[in-house]
Parts: sequence; structure tokens; C-alpha cells
Amino acid sequence: MKHLRSIDELGIDGLERILQLSKVMAEINSRPVPKVPALRGKTVVSLFLEDSTRTRLSFETAAKRLSADTMTFSVSTSSANKGESLRDTVETISDMGVDAFVVRHKSAGVPWQMSAWTSASIVNAGDGAHQHPTQALVDCYTVREAFGRERFEGLNLTIVGDIKHSRVARSNIQAFSMLGAQITLVAPPTLLPPDIDHWPVRVSNNLERELASTNVLYMLRLQSERMAQGHVPTLREYGDQFGLTAQRVAMLPPESFVMHPGPMNRGVEMQIDPGDLANSLIHRQVANGVAVRMAALFDVLSGDQPNADAGAVDGLNREVA
Amino acid sequence: MSKNLKSTTLVIKGGTVVDATGERVADVVIENSVVKEIGKNLRADSTLDASGCIVSPGFVDLHTHMREPGREDCETIATASRAGARGGYTALVAMPNTDPAQDNVAVVEFVREQGRRAGLVDVLPSGCITVGRQGSTLAPMAELAKVGVQIFTDDGNGVQDPVLMRRAMEYAKGLGITLAQHCEVTSLTLGAAMNECCCSSDMGVPGWPALAEELMVARDIDLVRLTGARMHFLHLSTARSVDLVRAAKTEGLPITAEVTPHHLSLTQELLCGFDPLYKVNPPLRSMGDVRALKAGVADGTIDAIATDHAPHARRDKELPLDQAPPGMLGLETALGVVLGSLDLSMTQIVALMSQRPAQIAKAVEHGNDVAAGARANLCVFDPQIVWQVNPKQLASKSTNTPFVGRQLRGRVRHTIFNGNAVVIDGEAQK
Repeated sequence: MKHLRSIDELGIDGLERILQLSKVMAEINSRPVPKVPALRGKTVVSLFLEDSTRTRLSFETAAKRLSADTMTFSVSTSSANKGESLRDTVETISDMGVDAFVVRHKSAGVPWQMSAWTSASIVNAGDGAHQHPTQALVDCYTVREAFGRERFEGLNLTIVGDIKHSRVARSNIQAFSMLGAQITLVAPPTLLPPDIDHWPVRVSNNLERELASTNVLYMLRLQSERMAQGHVPTLREYGDQFGLTAQRVAMLPPESFVMHPGPMNRGVEMQIDPGDLANSLIHRQVANGVAVRMAALFDVLSGDQPNADAGAVDGLNREVA
Repeated sequence: MSKNLKSTTLVIKGGTVVDATGERVADVVIENSVVKEIGKNLRADSTLDASGCIVSPGFVDLHTHMREPGREDCETIATASRAGARGGYTALVAMPNTDPAQDNVAVVEFVREQGRRAGLVDVLPSGCITVGRQGSTLAPMAELAKVGVQIFTDDGNGVQDPVLMRRAMEYAKGLGITLAQHCEVTSLTLGAAMNECCCSSDMGVPGWPALAEELMVARDIDLVRLTGARMHFLHLSTARSVDLVRAAKTEGLPITAEVTPHHLSLTQELLCGFDPLYKVNPPLRSMGDVRALKAGVADGTIDAIATDHAPHARRDKELPLDQAPPGMLGLETALGVVLGSLDLSMTQIVALMSQRPAQIAKAVEHGNDVAAGARANLCVFDPQIVWQVNPKQLASKSTNTPFVGRQLRGRVRHTIFNGNAVVIDGEAQK
């Protein structure tokens, strides 16, 4: 597909396709020389107008392993500081002949606006509180790997924390529900968006009550500015009610896992040292990030081959000459 | 006006005259900037064809952002006047959020003078309630009233402080002027980019809750009851606001209200593609709100249609949704949108577009019945013609119309301002 902007647009077929392709990419990553010529000659620009380390590095590693040429445009070094409009920036870079933009922006919707200004593919690496589709793909891939199953019927995903401001939550709710999971949101009402009766979720305000029936506990980061904005009285009070403690980990059923998209806020939502979590998938999330983003880039840049057997696609089985 | 024009007569022929007295087929003869005669088979030196058309008093817009002085790259008083004339307007109330703001006599006189120079409509400057629209010190309302300002508003900045608003109302009452409020409690709308609704939650975009408007409507109704000042509510957008105003009017309070064509016709779902073209303040709301606004217009709770014509440069409307300025064009599409949205008699439509807003603005030479001796400020429109909105063909300097590409039924054919045909067959004559 041309763009990867939201899970909704990707749809269940696209979701399945990228998750299948991710397995091929993971195999490539396990080789002694984890690099293939699949995207040789393609140029991928990282346009990161909001701070990010892990997502940007994850995408750049992914692009390089597929032999794409990469360019990086970030806030501190860019002409965005010289008053250039986003449209001018996009058109200028586009004129250089690029095939895909990987974009992160603090404002929701920017990937959609950009697609009107360039013929390149747009990969959304996070737009405001709206979508972060590759994170959701990573998370689905990681849960598939952990449970050894492709569909999530009967699996309870509990997402805890600042749903209102979370693009990760919005993408994950769409993705996990497409794969059949039961989703419960746990948060103080101030951190839930208004009018979400149409979301495929249950809502709870009590974490401990939900733990016994949780298979995947997904902790979201709580930013300290939410206190100043009056969403929570104090971070301590938030942590007391919604933070992950050893005691609460013990309340999870045996076959269950803990996830976090990072960066973690230790002492707030993560009151337990992540190193002490026996059932953590947090490192798997980061590790799988590269393979899944390779699959995402390959999917948008390899043209119209939605039905091709991913493993047979030219360039993936050969090593770089 | 040239001597040549003064000595000639003009007849608007074959139209149906619509005003507060009703409808009748008649020709209208104009001489020396006033209506000379109404009747059948009249002749004059020149003729404007009005067959199949409605001949009404010229429209009056209570809410035009002309952007001059300050943002002449978006619109000027000349281009807004041209857009207004093409939309059938003969008077436009110029909103005061200019730079510098219309909070002093010099700026107000400048705006009026630029309107005279353009010579296409009467430009009626509004004044600010507070200095610089900052909401802290009252503007010199008496000085402004003395030079003819009738409506005072801080427009985009509703006056937040209830004490200051009380003082403004008390002071305004003594001057016999009208205060107009943009109702928005801004602490409830920080960072908002669209209506707070299911769509905004899906999109991760902070919303303007309806409550932010309704709280200020309710507060100001109570302040009107306390002070007896005359109050006009700008661009109401929610069902509850209409209910509050309806109850206040039943009580007999001196309150009037307007609604925009876009709030009568467009809904929040248009924002789902993140296009800032559809960002406006107050935001496009739900279909339930649209229905309530229409009902409010039908039962007289809403007095007037006002455009909130708000031109913005393309580069500003290309910012991300949360950063782009709110506002949309309205003058040239208002009639078509109103005719398509409201199932009312032509007499009622003309009252909403002309007579009632003229009364609210105290524009005494506008909105009058089409009768001998009345100032010839008239609009001739074809209520049946279907046309497609092409932003490039609008007279406005900006192109931010939310009706881009849409088919509208009803368009202005001729506009007569002060006896002169300033728009003939849809074309502005200067």
C-alpha cells in the first residue's frame, strides 16, 4: 500500500501482510550479515519534527538493512527553525527525489496533510495523540511471538494510563481489536477521552480489579505535565492507583505479560524495576521494532505486490553483493 | 456619484419584490439613489433584467472580518466589499480584530473611509469592548459611539471576566449601544481544534466542548437581566445555546442572536481528514446542533444570518490542524447555503439576511421595505440557479471556502448600492 498512516487505513489485510512480512525480516536480522538489497536505490527521509530517539533509530536501522539510502531531518538542525513552512520543507525534500517520508510530528493529522504535497509514500511515525501505527504493529508482532498464536480471540489486553493523550493506545486499540483481543482501558476518568462509547473497549477505573483476568498488561507513560494540567493531583497518587508494583505483578495470572512502549517513567507508572519483571516483553518490543519497520518500509516501497509471497519477493533472499 | 448617474433613472424589471410587507411582482425604478416608483410596466433610462428573480432590500452582514488594517495579504476592505456586493450585501459590519484593533476613533474612521473609497457597500465598523481586545480595560466606548459605532465586541476573545463584562454592560446601557459577544470560556478550550465529540477523541485532537459556549451565553443572559443592557450573541453553534436564548427572549430580555450559514449546513465529521479548511470558531458541531439551530431560526429565537466571513492566507491554512487559524469565507456563498439549508418563506429569508440584521446594527438606510423614497440599497437574486463554488472565481483575496466544489442553488444577480448597480449579472462593476 502507498502510505502507512493509521491502523484503520491499513485494515486487517494490510495488518496481516506486514506481520507476515515481519517474520521474513526477523530471519534476515538473524543472519551474520543482516542486510539485503531489497530497497536498493530507494531513498527514505526521516522527518522528525518532534523529539524521538528509539523510533527514529529503529526506522533508520530498518531502512539501512534493506539497503535504502537514508536522510535525516530533525528539528534542531533544520530550516523549520528558520520559519520555513512544513509544506515548503516537504516539497523541497520531495524535489530531491525521495521515495518515502517517515514523519513524526507533535500535531495530529500531519501525515494526511503531507500526502497532498508529495508523491512520495508517507509512513506515520507518530502524529500528536492520534496514531503510531508501527508501534501497534510491533506490539501485535510481539504478542503473537509471546503466545505463539496469530489471532487474539479470548486474550485480554489491559491498557493502563494516559489514554487521552496516547497515540500508542489509539493505534493498539484498532490493531488488537482487529485481531480479536478483548480490550480494557484502565485510567482515571480525566485521562480518558470523552465520547468513546463507540470504541471496541471496556473501561475501568480500578487496576487491581482487572489484573486477575489480564493476559497482556500494557502500561503507558504518564508525562509529568499532566499534573500541571490538572489531570491528576500528584504523580504519587497516580502511581499509587495505576502504577505497576511487584504486588500487582503477582496478581496477574501465570500466562501473562507486561508491555510498555517506552520511554518508561520509573517511579510513576513503573514502580517495579523492569529488570525484576519475569514476564516482561519490553525488550522484545524494542528488538522486534527493527524487523517490523523493515516490513512496513518494504510494504509501502515495493509497489503493488500485495499478493506476492513475501518470502519470494526479489531482493529479500539475496545478501548484499 | 457622477452627475451623469444622478440624472439617469434605472428600472429593475420583471422581478418579484420581497420585503417585510410580503411578495408582489413589480418593477422598481431608482433615481438619485432612492427608490422612485414601484409598479407594473415601468420604464427608465436603463434596465436591469430581474425576470425569475427576487428583488429584496440589500443584505446586511453583522459579522465580516475585513482584515484591514493588519492582514491585507488575506483580505482588504476593497476585496471584502467586492465579495460582499457579489453576495448581495449592501452593508457589512467590520469586526474589530484588526491590527491595530478598532478600539479607537482613528482606526474606526480609517476603516470607514476605506469602505467609502471602495464604494461597493456601507462598511460599518464595530468597536472593541476592551482596549486591544485584551479583556482588561474598557475601550473608549463613548468616543466611538459618538462617531457612529453601534456594535461593540471583542469578537474572537469573549470577555472572560464577569466583573468587567458587568461594567461593560452597565456602561453600554448608558450609551444606548449594543454589545456583541463571542461566547467561549477559554479555559475550557485550550488547544482546541474542533468540536469535542466522538471524532475528536478518535483523532486525538483536543475539543471545544459545547459547554464552553453555553456557560458564557448563560452568564451573559444573567448579566443582561441584571443590567438591562442590549446584548447580541455572535454565531451561536449549540442546541443548548439556542434553548438558553429562547428562554431569555420569552422572559423579554433585550437579546438578539445570529447563526452562520456554515453552522446551519456543515458538521464536525468534515474534520476527520484533518483539513484546516474546516476549522472554525465556534467549531462545526453535530447534526443535532444543526437541527436545533435551524429550529431556532424557524421560531425566531435566532434573529439573523451572519457570515463570520474570515479570510485566511493559504499558508496559514496549511499549518497543522491544531496550529492553523480558525475561520472560513462566507459572503459570496451565504445566500445559496441559506436557501439550501432553511425551509422558510422568501419573506422570512429576506428578514434574516436583511431587515433583522439592519435593525440590530442600526443601519437605518438598509433593510427597509422596497418603497418609494427608500434608499436604493437592493439585492436581486435568482433563487433557482444552480452553480458550483470555485474558490478561484470568488472576489475574496483568500480561497478558504468550505463549500469548495459544492453545488449551491441560488445566487445574486445584481446588487444596487446607494442607487448604483455595483454588481450586474454577478460581476462587480469596480
